[in-house]
Amino acid sequence: MLRILRQIAKTGIVTEPRPAPADEAVLVARLQERVLRTLGRALTIRQVDAGSCNGCELEIHALGNPYYNIEGMGIKFVASPRHADLLLVTGPVSKHMAIALKRTYDATPEPKLVVAVGDCGCHGGIFGEGYATVGRVSNVIPVDVEVPGCPPTPTALLRGILAAISGKAPD
Amino acid sequence: MDFSRLGLSAASLASAIPAVRVPVGSGQLVPACRLAREQGAHLVALWASDERDRGGGAMVRVLLQDGSGLAVLEVALPDLPDARYGDVSAIFPEAGRMQRAAFDLVGAACEADDQRPWAWMAGWPIDRFPLRRDFEASPKWEPGQEDYEFVKVEGDGVHEIAVGPVHAGIIEPGHFRFQVVGEKVLRLEERLSYTHKGIEKRFEAMAIADGHRLAGRVSGDSTVAYAWAYAQALEAIAGAAVPPRALWLRALALERERIANHLGDLGALGNDGGFAFGLAQFSRLKEDLLRTNLAAFGHRFMMDHVVPGGVARDLDHSHVAAIVEEARRIAREASALREIYDEHDGLQDRFRACGRVRPELALRLGLTGMAARASGQARDLRCDFPSAPYDALEPRRIVHDGGDVAARVAVRFDELAESLRLVRTIVEHAPGGDVRAPVGDIPPYRLGLGCVEGWRGPVAVALEAGPGGTIRRCHPHDPSWSNWPVIEHAVIGNIVPDFPLINKSFNLSYSGQDL
Repeated sequence: MLRILRQIAKTGIVTEPRPAPADEAVLVARLQERVLRTLGRALTIRQVDAGSCNGCELEIHALGNPYYNIEGMGIKFVASPRHADLLLVTGPVSKHMAIALKRTYDATPEPKLVVAVGDCGCHGGIFGEGYATVGRVSNVIPVDVEVPGCPPTPTALLRGILAAISGKAPD
Repeated sequence: MDFSRLGLSAASLASAIPAVRVPVGSGQLVPACRLAREQGAHLVALWASDERDRGGGAMVRVLLQDGSGLAVLEVALPDLPDARYGDVSAIFPEAGRMQRAAFDLVGAACEADDQRPWAWMAGWPIDRFPLRRDFEASPKWEPGQEDYEFVKVEGDGVHEIAVGPVHAGIIEPGHFRFQVVGEKVLRLEERLSYTHKGIEKRFEAMAIADGHRLAGRVSGDSTVAYAWAYAQALEAIAGAAVPPRALWLRALALERERIANHLGDLGALGNDGGFAFGLAQFSRLKEDLLRTNLAAFGHRFMMDHVVPGGVARDLDHSHVAAIVEEARRIAREASALREIYDEHDGLQDRFRACGRVRPELALRLGLTGMAARASGQARDLRCDFPSAPYDALEPRRIVHDGGDVAARVAVRFDELAESLRLVRTIVEHAPGGDVRAPVGDIPPYRLGLGCVEGWRGPVAVALEAGPGGTIRRCHPHDPSWSNWPVIEHAVIGNIVPDFPLINKSFNLSYSGQDL
């Protein structure tokens, strides 16, 4: 136990005053502040992998690390669409996932937001549309904000989430 | 492997590690596989292709490996609709799903008992085969729903739990069907292929010189391993030499990919064991590594870094000191965290004896890669067939034989430390020179193999060039194909709440096996 406490004390709080890239640290801090101000309460996200290569999921995971500390902003990933305010969807949407994605969307209570993640979620990416994929997320469910990138960085994802909740395009 | 007892002869094959091709008649496939198994071979991959454009029917290829190298058994099926090849899943159980997928995609039929679809899930008409050359997709084909026949367990108090495809966490989609009594798992059946994206068909519309980009997106967490395996296959076809410095830089990227994934998994395994401290600590270390990747390689996951003929950019000398220092620091911190994990009774209680795959079972079922090394299977391509720079680096072979979650954690800790050592050695001792050379002419209709020990296990790419710089057929093969069926065994007798922990301890790819 002592060892754990020592490690925690030694690590300190890395969320804000962290090393390079310095401009990114400032940006993350500013985004966090705006998310809190806009939201004023918790935001719950249901992530749906609708056929991705798993690259985008790596960056969505990274949002939870102590540097981005998304839970510290009151944003929480939840286990059911019924608990969610926002769907974070990666693509391309495979034919085999299209129905599950639609049902997940239908199960999410109104008002609901959808953020399409990654080049594939935004426009089909390198996989495009074919016999097994229907391409972009908006081909299956309505999308509020698109966050391109292969994969998009955690900062880009934060920007996209902020844009969705503030009803504006990402700056 | 020696097939002379069956009167079969082998021809050489373009490959990064020693390989032969062995044409076999359809009646000889099963005896040839049995003979190979007797000689200690294991199955790497099985796939089919449409050969009607070259006067044939279908070709089924079975890629085997033993201590001497790779062998591709090639079975030509003359008339595609009717011909069948022998079921090899009694010899190599992991072949079962590959045989089913080969039928769904090419229509090459196998004599196996299990004729349920695998890659097909009502996304297109069941009598159309996407990898046939005359296949044309119709925009009228709406996503449908299949009626899959899961195996049922009946009896007093037995009930069924269906999970997925949309999971509770940030995970890839797949369906798990548990038959349980109380909390105890009697049987698990997996239904994958939800992320089937038609990757193999997509390859055929790409220039062969660009295919590494798609290969690098078969499974995003293994982008370096796939791009390298693809590049190996292409370079083998062309007979191209890659500059030594490029090979060292590829290994640097591959080891950093291993480190990133092991750091992520060690944190996630702590978290799934109820120890959130571990996730916070390891995800911090992983983020440090990814940021260094961005600075040194221009991408957090080094996507598109490995290109045919070399790597996309050189490592600038200004990054060397930072990489060495970071590797030392992560090694130091991981070692301290390992002591904390080891001494944490609650965590060890979850890890030990959980999801056990004994060495005999691992051998019988064809478990491969990192998970196999936790079940006493001492195979590692970097040690078994050390091509440059691994011949000079001499990576330590990591093996544990507990076969449980604890052993898979231990393998990760050991491999993490070893890969951090390799990273330091590579940046300090990499030779100078060019980092990319022209690949040269790519002769059509030649088959080339690439095989790389990714963090999860051996990633194989079988690439066949078409005329005019096209891809005639490309089959990328993930080690997850072999390991998914083993999880069905690993969970038997465990409690349902331990499934996420067991599943994470293997951390298999969905996208990589679904294609």
